[in-house]
Amino acid sequence: MKALKSPFFWLILALTALFAFYPRLGNNITLRETLVLSAVYIILASNLNLMIGYTGYVNFGSIVFFGLGGYFTLWLVGAHGWNVYAAVLFAGFITSLLAMALGFGILRLRGAYFALATIGVNEAVKDFVSNFDTWGGSEGIFLPFTTYKAMGGAGKALWTVYLLIILVMGISLLLSWYVKRSKFGLGLFAIREDEDAAIVLGVKAPKYKALIYSLSAFLPAVAGGLYFFKNGSVVPEEAFNLHLSIESIVMVMLGGQGTVSGPAVGAFLYERLRGLLLTTPSLSNFHLVIAGVLLLLIILFAPGGLMGWLYKKWPRIREVLE
Amino acid sequence: MVEILSSVMDGLLIGLVYGLAAIGLTLIFGVMDVVNLAHGAIIALGMFFLYLFFGAGLHPYLALLPVAVLGFIFGVIVYQIAVRKIISGPPLMSLLATFAVSMIIIGVGTALWSTSPYNINFKVTTYNFFGYTVTSARLVSAVAAVLVTFGLYYFLYRTVLGKAVRAVANNREAAELMGIPSQQILAITFGIGTMLAMLSGALIATLFPFTILSGGVYELKSFVASVLGGLGNPTGALFGGIILGLIEGSVAPFIQVSWTNVIEFVIFVGILLFFPTGLFGGRK
Repeated sequence: MKALKSPFFWLILALTALFAFYPRLGNNITLRETLVLSAVYIILASNLNLMIGYTGYVNFGSIVFFGLGGYFTLWLVGAHGWNVYAAVLFAGFITSLLAMALGFGILRLRGAYFALATIGVNEAVKDFVSNFDTWGGSEGIFLPFTTYKAMGGAGKALWTVYLLIILVMGISLLLSWYVKRSKFGLGLFAIREDEDAAIVLGVKAPKYKALIYSLSAFLPAVAGGLYFFKNGSVVPEEAFNLHLSIESIVMVMLGGQGTVSGPAVGAFLYERLRGLLLTTPSLSNFHLVIAGVLLLLIILFAPGGLMGWLYKKWPRIREVLE
Repeated sequence: MVEILSSVMDGLLIGLVYGLAAIGLTLIFGVMDVVNLAHGAIIALGMFFLYLFFGAGLHPYLALLPVAVLGFIFGVIVYQIAVRKIISGPPLMSLLATFAVSMIIIGVGTALWSTSPYNINFKVTTYNFFGYTVTSARLVSAVAAVLVTFGLYYFLYRTVLGKAVRAVANNREAAELMGIPSQQILAITFGIGTMLAMLSGALIATLFPFTILSGGVYELKSFVASVLGGLGNPTGALFGGIILGLIEGSVAPFIQVSWTNVIEFVIFVGILLFFPTGLFGGRK
């Protein structure tokens, strides 16, 4: 196993273990709630990076996967009595399949056209779900409190779901890392650099793009299922929040697109920053302004993000932090 | 029958205003390949600028003039700060830069005006044509949208500066070689696009109550309208807006209002997939 020799592989495992066990130590629920948000952001940013950073396709509506995962899960658990494990896996697969079907269509578009189409898809799905009575329309789906009884009560269920979300986070990072080192990943990079040249060289671009689009839908959908199961409810405005979709792009940019650790670092920092801005009374009114200025500064002066800056400063860091 | 017809008429009138908003978006895309994600925030800002001038005692229609001037200046400033540097970069950069501008505008707007609704309260007369009732505000906003569009056409096709804008849109390097200062032209174009967005926002503010977040809806409508007409094509965008308004008007009597959005976005994605250059062909 070559993977076992890579320090980065062990770093991912260690980080995941730290996330999983650190709040468990003192049964620290406040810390858990902070970390769960970080973990969800890391999952969204890492998977989005597969599209933006690896393939060069700007998916502005990636949150649609997260929302659909949440809806499928709560619907299966609430209305059909499935257990949550089966429900989130099913939600992941079905969302992936939908993404695959959709991908063959909209991935023919390039640049700004693709970005606009993904916004359109998210808004169309949001408006459809808001009117879809089986899924509760604009009221959304609520889980009764008794649902958690099967998992040993709400308190225990929340810890289980937390650990599952951390597990998904770990898998997301490993997936990013694995794809980056694979031949498949090399094909994606070729598409990013010059799609027409890549096709001429024998990269099956349409197939590769649809595959990565569908792959980047799976874990966010699972995470969405777990996250909304943990909340006990899902409403369209929250599930298909275009704003969070664009915030995920900010995280990817902040950390450095195209790297494995960048999006994760960016997501973690963004969550911290957002929390800090929202809880400081003198700043909370201006949190959007500060985030906006920060984003603008990154784009104008450090388009490579934090990792790009680090790589430039200490080139050898590339060997450890991919 | 009268009900349906008047609903369609209402749709047509509001569609012209959507068209004006869409022209602002499509002009910027056509000339510099930038999808302006601050479009919605700028529309909302137009609403609030009108509100400020109205509060200062100006008649709303008279206040459109200073709103337009402010819109132009604001657009040029946004261009110089946020767009200029990344204009030749990949599309992601300009999308994010304009989105950052949107965040800043909405953040400042929320701090100043909160997110509660405002409205422009002025005297509106109601006319009745054979059972179809229409307010003067709707008529004036539609006429104003048409007039501004004609003004833009006159500018683009009959003035030297307008010709320079079209030359830069066609081929920036070639225009530069002909002695056209392309950076200045791009700044002016961004200013005009912003001005049109603000004007459409101001016109919408005379019709409906608004909040600082209202722009989002009209931004999405502008996307749909400009894609319908072919991104980069101003006439197409106006017709796209009209089509959008007509769709809204003609389905409103039959189904719940909330379904119209679903229809619009399905059409939007469908048009992108099957007619990526729109119904009337792409940029001119």
